[in-house]
Amino acid sequence: MRDMEDQLLSILTPIAHHPFHAVPDSAPYTLQLHAQDVTRICQALQQHDQLYFDQLSCITGLDNGPEANTLEVIYHLYSIPFNRSLALRVVLPREAPELESVASLWKSANWLEREVFDMYGIHFTGHPDLRRILMPADWEGFPLRRDYQHQETYLGVTVKY
Amino acid sequence: MALHHTLTQDKLQYQVDHGHLEKSEPNKFRLGELRAEEMIINIGPQHPSTHGVLRLEVLSDGEVVKEVVPHIGYLHRCFEKHAENLPYNQIIPFVDRLDYVAAMNCEHAYVMGVEKMLGLHGQLPKRVEYSRVLVAELNRIASHLVAIGTYGLDLGAFTPFFWIMRDREHILRMLEWTCGARLLYNYIWIGGLFYDLPVGFEEKTREFIQYFQPKLHELEKLLVENKIFIDRTADVGVLPLDLAINAGVTGPMLRASGLRFDLRRVDAYSVYPELEFDIPIGEGRMGTIGDCWDRTWVRLQEMRESCKIINQCVDRLLSDHKRTREFDPQALVPRKIRPTKQDIYVRAENPKGELGFFFRADGKSDVPFRCKVRSCSFVNLSVLPEISRGALVADLIAILGSIDIVLGEVDR
Repeated sequence: MRDMEDQLLSILTPIAHHPFHAVPDSAPYTLQLHAQDVTRICQALQQHDQLYFDQLSCITGLDNGPEANTLEVIYHLYSIPFNRSLALRVVLPREAPELESVASLWKSANWLEREVFDMYGIHFTGHPDLRRILMPADWEGFPLRRDYQHQETYLGVTVKY
Repeated sequence: MALHHTLTQDKLQYQVDHGHLEKSEPNKFRLGELRAEEMIINIGPQHPSTHGVLRLEVLSDGEVVKEVVPHIGYLHRCFEKHAENLPYNQIIPFVDRLDYVAAMNCEHAYVMGVEKMLGLHGQLPKRVEYSRVLVAELNRIASHLVAIGTYGLDLGAFTPFFWIMRDREHILRMLEWTCGARLLYNYIWIGGLFYDLPVGFEEKTREFIQYFQPKLHELEKLLVENKIFIDRTADVGVLPLDLAINAGVTGPMLRASGLRFDLRRVDAYSVYPELEFDIPIGEGRMGTIGDCWDRTWVRLQEMRESCKIINQCVDRLLSDHKRTREFDPQALVPRKIRPTKQDIYVRAENPKGELGFFFRADGKSDVPFRCKVRSCSFVNLSVLPEISRGALVADLIAILGSIDIVLGEVDR
């Protein structure tokens, strides 16, 4: 386990343009990155011979609420040949959050990023097809944000249940 | 006219407006931008072959599919929003409703996640663990039966559907016996089980497996090795392994593409390391590796493996971990569930693939700060446009059926 962490840090340190650090109390092992480093580091993680994270299992959006005023995006990667998991965490501001898309590296990112956009309003630049996925296209607001207020009516139907 | 007027004024909440669909779920392709030979075909959201409320927008050139755009979200029930407002133990019934044909497996994955956060992981009595695996594998058989039976239905084979429904009914009755519900069980609890298995359950399970194994053989002869079925599915919707891995596809779909990868073996959770079973993979027997036939065949073989697992569980439940009067399956159920501050991602092998749960606990409340579902059907469905490009419209239905989606899990 420790070997993997040392190896990861030694490979990623020259690639990252901004400092990054490990996050305590999280499983699997989690690295917190600067938002501008995401695609660079993801590319290295996917294509490096000794890392080879060939599967992107999950992308989670998260809202820390208006007091903390931050959103988070968490990527869960898995390497089938090495049987290793890794999580990457990115913290974004709540106003006009923007992040580079990783859909060109992993095809699974396409729908997963669309879902994060749909629920949190995080804009993924370079995404091939960034539309709402679960909510209707003309829905107002981002439902999983902490301060979300649902609209009164939707196309003439009362939303309150 | 007067009647219509009073209805819309006083009773009807919703007024039909054809612009609404265009606004809420617009097509990706515009009619004006199509070429002369292209046409948009709309399939669903209510259509038997979409297995639920899924809408497919198909851009076709004659019979050939040029592009498919799945429109999902018709069954969105805000699971993740609900989960942020409920204590951990009260989320279990909502978890049942994700993949409602394999609710035991969903519960198992969720409960393992919460137990890991609480540090209960590995401390449960073996009887609880074996009972969990037993009911989960029974449910896995039920789920694969539905997958294969409805797939036959998509391709025009009606009889196998009745046969599988008859056999599935036995499983549903058995599971009803454990907890009182036919589909949505709430049987596996955090730290234990709702009840111990009912008296005589083990013997009845063994009886069922003896009855069921010849039926699997019949199903294989009737449907999977049927000439018409092979003609419809072999070499159709081939999913190459590199695309499968890159697109995050898991479960029987990934194995049908030729990778021997099963989380029950790789992660070795619960008591799976103590059980013997094989992992069937697609071999391209009737066509290419990773075609629709391979996916069906892998599901059929997995049911055989599940039978093996169930037999072993029953053996151990009757010998080493017998039912006793003193045994309390709720002994370790925590009265207050308050995990320490942490992030955790847990995954388990569901009948459809890798079901993952991401939790963030803030350490101050018994409600998760965030609970995200990594749904296997959702990710598996996202590969549909890739593998159905260039197929015929009739084959598109075959490809969609072979993915085996449950819309409850796609939309959550």
